[in-house]
Amino acid sequence: MKEQIEQIKNLAKEEVANAGDLQGLDAVRVKYLGKKGELTAVLRGMGALSPEERPIIGELVNKVRDELESLISSKETELEELALNKKLENEKIDITLPATKVKRGSKHPINRIIEELEDLFVSMGYDVVDGPELETDEYCFERLNLPKGHPARDMQDTFYITTEYLLRTQTSSVQARTMMANKEKSPIRVICPGKTYRRDDDATHSHQFGQIEGLVIDEGISLAHLKGTLEVFVKHMLGEDSRLRFRPSYFPFTEPSYEVDVSCFKCGGKGCNLCKQTGWIEILGSGMVHPNVLKMNGYDPEKYSGFAFGTGLDRLAMFKYGITDIRLLYANDVRFLNQFDRKDD
Amino acid sequence: MKLSTNFVKDYVDIDVDVKQLAEDMTSVGNEYDSAERMINATKLIVGEVKECEMHPDSDHLHICKVDIGSEILNIVCGAPNVRKGLKVIVAQTGAELPGGITIKKGMIRGQESNGMLCSMQELGLENKFLTDADKNGIHELPEDSKVGEDPIKLLELDDEVIDFELTANRGDLLSILGMAYEIGAIYDKPVKEMDVSYKENGENINDAFKLNIATDNCSIFLSKKVKNVTIKESPAFIKNRLMASGIRPINNVVDISNYVMLETGQPLHFYDADSLKGMLEVRMAKENEKLTTLDGIQRELSTDDIVISDGERAIGLAGVMGGLDTEIEDTTKNIVIEAAIFDSVKVRYTSKKILRSEASSRFEKGLDPNRTYLAINRACHMLEKYADAEIVGGIAVFDTTNKEDKKIDITFKKINDILGLDIPKESVLDAFRRLGFTYEVKEDVITVSVPTRRIDISIPEDLIEEVGRIYGVDNIEGKLPVMPLKTGSYDRVTRQIRNKMIDLGLNETLSYILVNDKEAKQFIKDEQAETLKLLDPLTEERNTLRASILPSLYKIYEYNTARNVKDVSIFEIGKSFYKAGENYIEERKLGALLSGDYYYGIGTDKKVDFYILKGIVEELMDYLGYAGRYSFVLPKALPEEFHPGQTAEINLNGQIIGIMGKVHPKKTSDDVFVVEINLDKLLEKKTGKMKYKEISKYPSVKKDLAMVVGKETTSETIEKQIKKSAGSLLTDVKVFDVYTGSNIEEGKKSMAYSLTFGAKDKTLTDEEINAILEKIIADLEKTLRSRT
Repeated sequence: MKEQIEQIKNLAKEEVANAGDLQGLDAVRVKYLGKKGELTAVLRGMGALSPEERPIIGELVNKVRDELESLISSKETELEELALNKKLENEKIDITLPATKVKRGSKHPINRIIEELEDLFVSMGYDVVDGPELETDEYCFERLNLPKGHPARDMQDTFYITTEYLLRTQTSSVQARTMMANKEKSPIRVICPGKTYRRDDDATHSHQFGQIEGLVIDEGISLAHLKGTLEVFVKHMLGEDSRLRFRPSYFPFTEPSYEVDVSCFKCGGKGCNLCKQTGWIEILGSGMVHPNVLKMNGYDPEKYSGFAFGTGLDRLAMFKYGITDIRLLYANDVRFLNQFDRKDD
Repeated sequence: MKLSTNFVKDYVDIDVDVKQLAEDMTSVGNEYDSAERMINATKLIVGEVKECEMHPDSDHLHICKVDIGSEILNIVCGAPNVRKGLKVIVAQTGAELPGGITIKKGMIRGQESNGMLCSMQELGLENKFLTDADKNGIHELPEDSKVGEDPIKLLELDDEVIDFELTANRGDLLSILGMAYEIGAIYDKPVKEMDVSYKENGENINDAFKLNIATDNCSIFLSKKVKNVTIKESPAFIKNRLMASGIRPINNVVDISNYVMLETGQPLHFYDADSLKGMLEVRMAKENEKLTTLDGIQRELSTDDIVISDGERAIGLAGVMGGLDTEIEDTTKNIVIEAAIFDSVKVRYTSKKILRSEASSRFEKGLDPNRTYLAINRACHMLEKYADAEIVGGIAVFDTTNKEDKKIDITFKKINDILGLDIPKESVLDAFRRLGFTYEVKEDVITVSVPTRRIDISIPEDLIEEVGRIYGVDNIEGKLPVMPLKTGSYDRVTRQIRNKMIDLGLNETLSYILVNDKEAKQFIKDEQAETLKLLDPLTEERNTLRASILPSLYKIYEYNTARNVKDVSIFEIGKSFYKAGENYIEERKLGALLSGDYYYGIGTDKKVDFYILKGIVEELMDYLGYAGRYSFVLPKALPEEFHPGQTAEINLNGQIIGIMGKVHPKKTSDDVFVVEINLDKLLEKKTGKMKYKEISKYPSVKKDLAMVVGKETTSETIEKQIKKSAGSLLTDVKVFDVYTGSNIEEGKKSMAYSLTFGAKDKTLTDEEINAILEKIIADLEKTLRSRT
């Protein structure tokens, strides 16, 4: 009997070792250890043994069973690992193939500038306001101290729809709207970015262009406040080293009026192509709100004063992103647009 | 305005480099374009041609020996008028001429040439100023010119010119006198008086000459008469100063009218007295009245044009151009001078229509009536001096103007409050003194007398600007206004829409709102078809305001495909315009266009189709909080640019807010999809706050349901019926398969839905769910004749 058990053990061991996969291994288990397995059969046949032999053989069978079970178990682990490795091997891919994704969108550079300026001024308590692009002569000109026949109207060649309706030539029209809309005639702090239109189209001018207007009205507002505010604005957009130069000028809606130059951010003021060797780049129009404008829009110029400024967004975008031709901003070439597909900085 | 510095030095003593002068003028608000010597050339010298022989190897070149005093130069010259004994302008070796030309020693066809004999053109004189002789050869200097001298000095062309770009309010600077006052204020120099002296004969103009001013559009009209003028060439200084100022010299009389206009800013007009009928009249033109102007063109006038007449016929367009009939000719003997001020708006209107002239640009900006008197007297002085005129006594006057200084009160405090500075009182008063304004001070109040020449100054703020200009504002210390702390507001939702569209993979564009009239009518329904046209477009390509963003986007699509960029997915938030009845409508819209591949990667179906665009719209709508409130409906009528079988209108709470679909194949063979949403209509629909909803503790159950229905039955109809039959225990229904083909009879399709059931308060039993399913199936069979 012992020999028989020993033989089963050896055969079983050999078959376990030869099992090529988990299925084969399981067959071996059933063959020897299953209910009808060979080792089980030995146990069943123990009834024929003497009572002295029974415990000895029983112990031997159990020992062999334990040994075989442990062998099968470790073989099982080994085969599982093999199978997994094979699966992994099969699933290996070329990680350098292109990704599957939706195209990436992009934000137009002028709207990037607008959002940046909005964030800056909103943080200083300014409200961003909007006004119609199809404006009336009244709000675009008359309420800004530019009556019909005023020679300064020539500065802004206008697209008229009718004698009264026009495409706004300047975001300044929103100044009058904001003042008129403020029924309490309380202090005002607004900026207005938007599209403007002039009958002018060449290499450096587009008939449609972006402007941003700023307006502050309160008691005791002075030119120094205008200068301080513009310093924050310009340094934020063009660099902390920027210096400003105020040149007296003329706009019908401000008095005094100033054009503002910024020290050239390319050469630092030494003179280069960008600043035409002058060291300065003209960037803003500004001034103290004309008392007639305050009066016409319901503010008492004896009590209130204010400043206003305006600048072109197209040029700011061109400066910031190094865009050399204004027409690129409006051509909407996808190869151009795609370049503005990430966060700034 | 071109300023001759020689000219202005007649009235103010300055000795400043021309660039410095230009910069200093800029710092007080007068920008300039250029500041240069009138003749921008170096190393020029007067020479005499001592010998002149034909070049042996040329049929037109001459070999000259030119004496320049210090030496005799060998120079080869090609000018036809070069000859022995001629005094010439020699550009020596190393001379720099306009246009970046440098004269070098050289060989011309084997002959040494050590310089160049110059024409006026080569010295940079504009073509319109060249005499016939100067057009055809080198300049011939007067015989008595001294060899070795500076020819530019000799010709009195040693002038420097600054080309100013003046602001619209400073009409006073369109005169040498005005410039002198401005320069005098900068350098603190007095302005010299103008010589207006002349002798009068015993006659009086008013004896045989009348004025009739028959319109309010003329505030002052002065006339003087002069007799027996000699018409000839002007002296060099007059010609040169006119040329430096950009005006072509003609003869002494015409030149004097221009010269005095330049000096005083007051345009003058000279009439041939013998062609007048003894009177001058100012009136509005009659409708369709004809007048032939100096340039020989017959003009048809309207009642908005001011004309001068001699009582019988129009003889000049006031402030713009004289008439041909009464112009000064070589034979003219007697002259009537007109010095007048016409309404600036009327002159502007007429000149815009007919011609911008030196005169009209001055009238448009307004004139000083004191200058009107000054100018007419100055003209008499000059005519007596340079045209041998005999001045008739008296002056014909019509004058309604106020010639007093303007008195404006301002306080020191106001000046400092507005400028945000602390300027000492003496500095404020010094600024006024330099500007030539007199003043009286009483405590804090300064009463400033502003001379009539400064028509731009009328309110205290104008004086503040003057102080700022002269004192200089560069020293202002910038500071921020102190205002209450608050957060500013901005249009968040537009940004959210923009960012969402970008996240969905679209490129934001910025297009022109002006399109051509054909494009303006595309992609819109008929009720919006009254598009808005410009009265005066720049080009016919951009003559109308778009009524939809889609034509702009379609143009961008075409632009890109023409450049071989086929994958276009773009959007824009912008305005569009139309007229409804009497109202001008401006609407804010979101437009998008997709074509080509939408996805990247391999093994993916990448092409844009209707459902990708629909997904983008749904993503946006759901993100904005409109989930469950909108549907896509078949349009009753649609713009012809849309594919009739692949277009939907977007209905939000019963209102159509947009349209989406495929572009009609007759417009393009490519698959192009567009959507436009009216943001004004969309955003006026409020959305609720985002709020947490309890998640059911009880499991939900999924059941699939397939049926065969007619091909025309829309999924939405089926879904609606399922929801209606199921009641509240159905929490979700989704179509997951649509099939036509084998096993499905013609005209039918198989639709498969996944239904989710659940309740908040219990686990649903099979019996409950089966009962609902049976009801759904029965209802579908009844209403849609479906088979399950």
